[in-house]
Amino acid sequence: MVALLPSTGVKPQVSPQKRSRTGYFLLLPGMTWLAIFFAIPFVTLFLTSLQAPVAGKSGQYVPAFQVSNYPDALIEYWPQFLKSFIYAGIATALALLIAYPLAYFIAFKAGRWRALMLVLVIAPSFASFLLRTYAWKTILADEGFITSFFNALHLLPDDRILNTSIAVIAGLTYNFLPFMILPLYAALEKVDPRLIEASNDLYASAFTTFRKVTWPLSLPGVVAGTLLTFIPATGDYINAELLGSTQDRMIGNVIQTNFIEFRDYPTASALSFVLMAVILVLVFTYIRRAGTEDLV
Amino acid sequence: MSESSGRNIEDLHLKSLTKKFGEVAAVDDLTLTIPAGSFFALLGASGCGKTTTLRMVAGLEDPTSGNIVIGDKDITHLRAFQRPVNTVFQSYALFPHLDIFENVAFGLRRRKVKDVDQKVNAMLELVELGPMARRKPSQLSGGQQQRVAVARALINEPDVLLLDEPLGALDLKLRRQMQIELKRIQVEVGTTFVHVTHDQEEAMTMADTVAVMNAGRIEQMGHPADIYELPQTVFVANFLGQSNLFAGSRTGQSGEVIMVDSHGMKFSVLSSRNSARSDEIIVGIRPEKIVVRDLVDRDNVPSGHNILEGRVTDVSYTGVSTQYVVETSWGQDVTVFEQNVIVGDRCEVGDQVILHWSPEHTFGLAGGETLLHKTAQVLAAGV
Repeated sequence: MVALLPSTGVKPQVSPQKRSRTGYFLLLPGMTWLAIFFAIPFVTLFLTSLQAPVAGKSGQYVPAFQVSNYPDALIEYWPQFLKSFIYAGIATALALLIAYPLAYFIAFKAGRWRALMLVLVIAPSFASFLLRTYAWKTILADEGFITSFFNALHLLPDDRILNTSIAVIAGLTYNFLPFMILPLYAALEKVDPRLIEASNDLYASAFTTFRKVTWPLSLPGVVAGTLLTFIPATGDYINAELLGSTQDRMIGNVIQTNFIEFRDYPTASALSFVLMAVILVLVFTYIRRAGTEDLV
Repeated sequence: MSESSGRNIEDLHLKSLTKKFGEVAAVDDLTLTIPAGSFFALLGASGCGKTTTLRMVAGLEDPTSGNIVIGDKDITHLRAFQRPVNTVFQSYALFPHLDIFENVAFGLRRRKVKDVDQKVNAMLELVELGPMARRKPSQLSGGQQQRVAVARALINEPDVLLLDEPLGALDLKLRRQMQIELKRIQVEVGTTFVHVTHDQEEAMTMADTVAVMNAGRIEQMGHPADIYELPQTVFVANFLGQSNLFAGSRTGQSGEVIMVDSHGMKFSVLSSRNSARSDEIIVGIRPEKIVVRDLVDRDNVPSGHNILEGRVTDVSYTGVSTQYVVETSWGQDVTVFEQNVIVGDRCEVGDQVILHWSPEHTFGLAGGETLLHKTAQVLAAGV
């Protein structure tokens, strides 16, 4: 850099105006992309959600301002809404329970195996999401090893796993696990081992050190991981579709059926909008409550 | 901290302490007693084992063999959090998610001590950080963070406070200030301070006792002035301050005075100031103890003084003193510091001069020419 500057040490004169214009130019590609693939669909979706049906012609709608689409959709589908949040919530909690010790191990104990273990975490993503979920169909099948094992212990209420809510939650947990592990690993890896030594030096046992130092410092990773798991899990429909029964349908399945099968575009759009709004509210409250903004 | 004065502080003993990393002994059979309430400095170049020693006392590193004892209590096998010892870390290691108050209160809260508020406030007062209590560590300057680290360790009233190069990250001026500050705090609380440093000036200004470490062993230990005036090994003579060393061999003794021949020159060393056992003796003299004079002044040299002739090859004026480099007839450079109290002309480059110094300042060390070269190489690589 030094060599590029004039030898007199005078910096090239750039007017503030010109500099700010460069900034906007840099924004242009991203903004265009956002406009085409987010803003326009977003507005279209919103307009669709207010459309009114054409009497007698199924699947045909006219632009309108039918706000009642929203309460109608909610009244009909609130159980699936609730179920989505419960399933996603349980899957997120399970993923956190599984991912935290694993991320901790990779960050602090894996030594030279660290890179390999990280690759193994990501490796399943090389196969398609759909394919992996199909594989779970086989793993959890009625005559499969896992089901027989739990049946032998009489632990299953319906004597099966596939086509129950257990299978859906297991699928969600499995599929979004890497999104939990990676941010957790990134946060834990940043924790200075000297802070752990300092805590030991200040009369904190290993467990207290975890509770008072490691865990609080890993909170940004916990927040990022739970969000990256919870948000896509709430809207997911493949796991419920392939692993669950009709009783286990989530809001994603409802939206999908309304769009593709019933061709009830306004209801599907209204549901999408409500889902987005609820998630946004939840996420904001969660981040506010977690209070991780000022963490390093 | 009034309650600390009634506390029973006890000596720290290291007994045959050894730490091996693979085949290499970082600390080699170290036996040492650090008196209660003293300011003790472990001085050495990087990699000499001083930090490893400190970490073993803190419980952050397990010794390969040997014992660590405080008073008559063996703490060798206690975990770090069970030891009555606290550390000020080199990088401070302040908890970034806690404010200054909670950082300082951390140890008290773990031990469920009462009156946390009052104690923390008193400690913050001691290190003059009262108004900073609710700031986060990242909002403090380096010197302030350093004081928080001291406060966080000291508030637990440890039997021994360990300081691992605590001033290394500060700039020169701040370091001077903190040296005085730390010394003040140590006198005020009366705790034993064990200070690890590679800075000999820092060790000498702050510590009552300095132990010079090299290759996992203690070369020499004692009051800073004693070590400086009478170094006992070539390493100490070079690491703690500067020395001019001449390898030679003993030719005779008359009473207290040992005669040593080096490169054809005759030097006198007092037998009380000679630590060499064999006839091979290295004669040493500190640069500021040497008087430099014009050749014509030869007759004014006090009798019994050691004398050396040479040619001035470099003169640098530093304000307080002038530093000369004088080349001897066999090509060795001798460094001389002369206080700037002389009125009139100073010696110049190219002048033939005579150097003389008292046997009272001369010291004798064990070793020969090869040891001199080897130590020079170690010091050049290590510091």
